[in-house]
Amino acid sequence: MNPALKSSPRKTNRRQFLQTTAKAAIAGAAMASAVPWTSRAATKLEKISLKFGFIKLTDCAPLIIAKENGYFDDEGLYVSLEAQANWKILLDRVITGELDGAHMLAGQPIAATIGIGTKADIITPFSMDLNGNGITVSNDIWKQMQEADPRLNVPRPPHPISASALAPIVKKNKDAGTPLKFGMVFPVSTHNYYLRYWLAAAGIHPGYYTATDTTGTTDADVLLSVTPPPQMPATLAQGTIQGYCVGEPWNQQAVFKGIGVPVITDYEIWKNNPEKVFGVTKPWSEQNPHTLIAVVKALIRAGQWLDASPANRIKACQILSQPQYVGADEKVIRNSMTGTFEYEKGDQRDLPDFNVFFRYHATYPFYSDCVWFLTQMRRWGQIGEAKPDDWFAATAKKVYRPEIYRQAANELIAAGKMQSGDLPDTDGFKPADPDFIDGISFDAHKPNDYLRQLKVGQKD
Amino acid sequence: MDEAATNLTTVAEKAPTVSPEPVKLPQRRMNELFDKVLSSVGAPLVSILIFLFVWSQISAHVQVSFGSIPGPLAVWKQAVVLWDAHWTEHAHEAEFYRELAKRRASFLSANPGQAFPDIKYSGPPTYLDQISTSLETVFTGFIIGSLIAIPLGVLCGLSRNFFKAVNPFIQIFKPVSPLAWLPIVMILVSALYHPAHPWFEKAFLSSAITVAMCSLWPTLINTSLGVASIDKDHLNVARVLKLGWWQKIWKIVLPSALPFIFTGLRLSLGVGWMVLIAAEMLAQNPGLGKFIWDMFQNGSSDTLAQIMVAVFTIGFIGFALDRLMLILQRLVTYDAKAF
Repeated sequence: MNPALKSSPRKTNRRQFLQTTAKAAIAGAAMASAVPWTSRAATKLEKISLKFGFIKLTDCAPLIIAKENGYFDDEGLYVSLEAQANWKILLDRVITGELDGAHMLAGQPIAATIGIGTKADIITPFSMDLNGNGITVSNDIWKQMQEADPRLNVPRPPHPISASALAPIVKKNKDAGTPLKFGMVFPVSTHNYYLRYWLAAAGIHPGYYTATDTTGTTDADVLLSVTPPPQMPATLAQGTIQGYCVGEPWNQQAVFKGIGVPVITDYEIWKNNPEKVFGVTKPWSEQNPHTLIAVVKALIRAGQWLDASPANRIKACQILSQPQYVGADEKVIRNSMTGTFEYEKGDQRDLPDFNVFFRYHATYPFYSDCVWFLTQMRRWGQIGEAKPDDWFAATAKKVYRPEIYRQAANELIAAGKMQSGDLPDTDGFKPADPDFIDGISFDAHKPNDYLRQLKVGQKD
Repeated sequence: MDEAATNLTTVAEKAPTVSPEPVKLPQRRMNELFDKVLSSVGAPLVSILIFLFVWSQISAHVQVSFGSIPGPLAVWKQAVVLWDAHWTEHAHEAEFYRELAKRRASFLSANPGQAFPDIKYSGPPTYLDQISTSLETVFTGFIIGSLIAIPLGVLCGLSRNFFKAVNPFIQIFKPVSPLAWLPIVMILVSALYHPAHPWFEKAFLSSAITVAMCSLWPTLINTSLGVASIDKDHLNVARVLKLGWWQKIWKIVLPSALPFIFTGLRLSLGVGWMVLIAAEMLAQNPGLGKFIWDMFQNGSSDTLAQIMVAVFTIGFIGFALDRLMLILQRLVTYDAKAF
């Protein structure tokens, strides 16, 4: 054994982590044996060994913290977490039952339920976080944007940066027959919709999906394509794409590696936008109702812990940097998880709400979030024909299941593990929200009105 | 060829020769032996040392996005890290099961007759676990492929017409990349594999079938070649003795085609091992390929070194598999020239 090795940080991390988890497991065991076991797992939980999938992004944190801090143990659940290659494989594995549930893009349960792509009934009892994405362009495009708009050509340009400086570059490349290519992570991903929103707000057409065009490039000024998040920096560096929209740590990674510049975060496109959800199939939720409530309880506690203090965030970064989880270097993960965001190298700004895991009722599955995603699916043609307003609400109620969340939260409140004020008093619809980059207000009760106000895209 | 030559010389030396200077013979042998050892150990050793030196020199000067390329020492360090992590994880697992056994005992004493739930340890698979998964998968796929390829190959070799009938499929499917089969296999496995008590994970099955799809061709072609080129006299013997069809296959055809079959199997296993790593990377099925992809996705400062550890591991295992087949081949063919 090499003594120098013993002091390597990664290794001590792992040591400590193993010891702590061992302790947590044993503590859980001790607690469990203190409570008579019959009332716990044996009679109530339908399934106790669970396998959940996740993608290596910092916003899978609630799942990982629920495991590492022993919240799953407290519920009598034994959970293994498995990183997946991409969103498609993750979704397929949930549908085939290889995974019991997963960290999902908010659009995935919705799209699966209404039959965009793979058709399957998937429900969401828990929303994982708010914000957390950014749009990054290559160094070369950033230079051209600065040339196009002198206001950007300073060390600390004013934010938010709209796509208007990008418009002439887009046009020039399109006229030359080599349209710009941008990466996003999945056709029904939040990233696709936020990237499209940002482009369209400046009059750049990101392209329609049609019955015959599933790539979404009909009438496009910029070609969007799917790249798995962890491969974004490498694909940008290779010049296959000139920009991308992705979650952390892959925007900060681009700064860190000096290959690109994040120009805007999704927080500036839509303040406190919903991001990831926890999804299970509807049949699974019907077969394992108690298990699902136990899982949601553990996840709520994890979200609570993540937002409880900056110190917890730093601890979380250390845990997430373990190779079997997100695995990126701790300092890269810290960049965005601890309330700051670096745009250009050296241009670091405070963004305390860049990652929200619990504040502002982040974990509550609001119907209105679902309706917004449905409007965007209609806007870009993924939903083929116009739908009446009540269809939007009915679909949202099929996919988003706040009643499960409420039951879990009430159990936590009864046990003194959650403040009753943290459970929102709502009918599931947030009030009309004007906090978008183009100032257009979104009222979930009137989705068709909203669509008609947007400049680019289908009007109804 | 060298070995054959040295074999000849040793045979020549064993022959009773009338040496003019019998006293010097041992001395000469010692020299030869020394030369032989030097050339078979020394040459590779020198080349390996040169390789390590060049690698460490180059790696220090090539900058990638997260520092410089890891040198031999950094890779060795990561190998040790992975090794240690495996044993720590396993100690952890053992502790978990001890704790669980205690719990089970106390539960059963409190609630006699009740079923204690079946709980599995939920830690991440370690590097060594991934290696054993990959090995299990490759052998499963290889066996499935061979069970299909050998009978088909025998039939192809025995009957010209059957061969002509099957040949178009061989020609069309042989060049197909394994990764093209993979999505099809995955979709089919997901759709068709729903046993009540699954013996295998779906991921394991789809990897193994992909390996089988790609590793059966060399065996199939070599088997049919071996069977087709059997000495006609042997087949005539079978006719004279009025052997039945099965007897002809067992007593005449298979034994004479065995060297060819083993050549095919050796090629197949090599192809299978290559295909498996690619399939695991693409489908994220557990194994070394998934390990590499996960590390690549991590994009941390240890990433490259850990991927290199995996590359060397894959190389050594591939080499070991090839040697294993070579030993089997020699057992059945008496062909000292195989290398």
